[in-house]
Amino acid sequence: MTKTTNFACMTAAIAIAVATPALAETIEVAAGADAQERLQEALILAEPGDEIVLGAGYFTLTDGLSLDVDSVTLRGAGMDKTVLDFTKQIGAGEGLLVTSDFVTLRDFAMENPKGDGIKSKGADAIVYYRIRVEWTNGPSSENGAYAIYPVESTGVLVDGVKVSGASDAGIYVGQSKDITVRNSIAEANVAGIEIENSRNAVVEGNIATRNTGGILVFDLPNLPVMGGGNVVVRNNLVVGNDEPNFAPPGNIVGGVLKGTGVLIMANDGVWIHDNVLTDNSTSDVMVVTYPQPYDDDTYNPYARNVVIGKNTYARSGMDPQFEGREMLLAAFGGALPPVLWDGLSEGETGLSLAAEASGWSLNLANVGDGPDTAKPGPLVVPVNVINYDEASIGAPEELSARIAG
Amino acid sequence: MKTGLFLAATIFAAACAITANAGPPPEVNDAAVTETRLPRALSDFAFFADGPGQVPANGVTPYRLNTPLYSDGATKLRFLYMPAGTQAISQGEGLLSLPVGSALIKTFAFGEGADRRLIETRVLLHRADGWLALPYKWNDEQTDAKLAIAGARVDLTTPRGEQISYRVPNKNQCKECHGLNGEVIPIGPKVRNLSHDWQVGLVTAGLLNAAPDMETPLPMWEDRMAAKPEAAARAYLDVNCAHCHQPGATASNSGLDLRWEQTLPGLIGIGKRPVAAGRGSGGLLFDIVPGKPEESILVHRMKSNEPGVAMPELGKSTVDEEGVAAVTRWIEGI
Repeated sequence: MTKTTNFACMTAAIAIAVATPALAETIEVAAGADAQERLQEALILAEPGDEIVLGAGYFTLTDGLSLDVDSVTLRGAGMDKTVLDFTKQIGAGEGLLVTSDFVTLRDFAMENPKGDGIKSKGADAIVYYRIRVEWTNGPSSENGAYAIYPVESTGVLVDGVKVSGASDAGIYVGQSKDITVRNSIAEANVAGIEIENSRNAVVEGNIATRNTGGILVFDLPNLPVMGGGNVVVRNNLVVGNDEPNFAPPGNIVGGVLKGTGVLIMANDGVWIHDNVLTDNSTSDVMVVTYPQPYDDDTYNPYARNVVIGKNTYARSGMDPQFEGREMLLAAFGGALPPVLWDGLSEGETGLSLAAEASGWSLNLANVGDGPDTAKPGPLVVPVNVINYDEASIGAPEELSARIAG
Repeated sequence: MKTGLFLAATIFAAACAITANAGPPPEVNDAAVTETRLPRALSDFAFFADGPGQVPANGVTPYRLNTPLYSDGATKLRFLYMPAGTQAISQGEGLLSLPVGSALIKTFAFGEGADRRLIETRVLLHRADGWLALPYKWNDEQTDAKLAIAGARVDLTTPRGEQISYRVPNKNQCKECHGLNGEVIPIGPKVRNLSHDWQVGLVTAGLLNAAPDMETPLPMWEDRMAAKPEAAARAYLDVNCAHCHQPGATASNSGLDLRWEQTLPGLIGIGKRPVAAGRGSGGLLFDIVPGKPEESILVHRMKSNEPGVAMPELGKSTVDEEGVAAVTRWIEGI
């Protein structure tokens, strides 16, 4: 695969920055009494290049953990063997906070953090590999918001993780760039996988099931990092997203309709192809404009340059969560077509199809109009093949190399 | 434990023993402030002529803040140390620029008079490569405090009679509040939040380059009812929240900027929707709804003790009723 110049530069920079220190050490931390202090102390005293190895078993933790040392690996004995248990957490807003660069997190689980699971902020070139974050009581608005939560970072690889029960998003990547989320399972969250205000992201080979909405790509106004886009959603299994929305009201994902497969909102350049989208009762693919009022000159509420390629659709749109659903179902012969567009665009750059797909449009007249003003009709958009440079999108190769073999 | 660190600690302890034997008068151990090690005991710094009594050594100056950070009702004793012959530089109304070798020392205590119990002392050390924040936890005998690099919990009773598990932050948690653009910085000693008379005193003593010109000092917290509601509330938010809620700080991704100098309504939360609040939103739609504190997420989170909901996330186990009242009063009048 040929990477663009950007990635070559970044890879070179990383190679210099992570030049292995001469005395990299392995620090072993076992489960048992005083796990909080022993593990936190290891995270603080680690030096660049060190690997902290967690033993098998349950680590009972009462406070959030944090890592602020570059180039550290935190490794457990497996996502079903090493469990960081936050059921008794009484402090901090997340289970683990990472604020340093070139960190690898792998092979452990986090259960029942009170806030978010693992947050990495301003943590460039981070790898999440075979991590499980789970709220064990199942879907509940009392659960934490995000399970895997990288934000404001360049270079993010999420691979082989498993997340369930998040009251916002299972895997949430926000305000970041050069991102790959792959081979992961997002189950029973409000949003399975969410890419927000981020650029150059690949979401591939994941399973998103039993969430309220499977995969969401969108932009929000009034954030430090704006202008999300250049996102590929490919080869995912987005099936049976049927969980009633359990987000605490007030959260943006509280508006996601039960039975949403892939939702694109207010984003520029999204390419959706080769996914299997089935049994999503409202819609397999939904492309919409940000509906709320906002005050931000830098914000573009429209979905732009969204291309829907060849996907497999089946048994969806049979129980859409819309007003007037009976009439709609009757009009479309018992099930809505798999692709739904709100009909709003900025010029000609809204939605196009790169392959045969049946769809329908709400044909809204203005941004912010409610579905009650819809004039539903068949989808009429250009069939326009745009070749995205998919090779230039995603996490740098260095991140994959770190977990190879 | 790493051999290198252990060795360093041993050598350091030996060095301290020699210093301690050198006899009075008490002088601050400049090497402990500036060298690369992490001193294991608070007494290693010799910031105090009498540690348990919190009597400062030569060159250590007590100070207070107009509006302080709430810490479960703890009494906080604050001290500034600057090495002999150095001077602080005032930079407008913001943070004083303190020379390398300076230290900010803050002791947290609960109880009055003879019942006063010192819990922890946090130090901020200005070293050649930047500021370093370290927490020291006092022993039960109240004779000295020991480095608590991984933090600790202490069961205690607050002045309002609440039984809490008080959190001594770990070294990384210090940075969560003191971090800005990747560096550790002091938070408290901003010119606008310091007594003007105290600053004039520093100038007279040659410790500060110029008497600061201050247009809008933060109100004295105990006089807040006499201040404009907006000034009292914005001062409170600046001191208690803005170290995270500003660009380049821990909560920058929220887009909320609670600094005193921020004037754009949307950025201080008025009509602003939450981004990553999760259940912290409490079912409410906006950070601040003018005239409606009960519909404002900001107030909802200030009133919570629950991890994942409570704000600030660190440094409090109890609700600051006075702070909630000040912010509520302001929002009611917007």
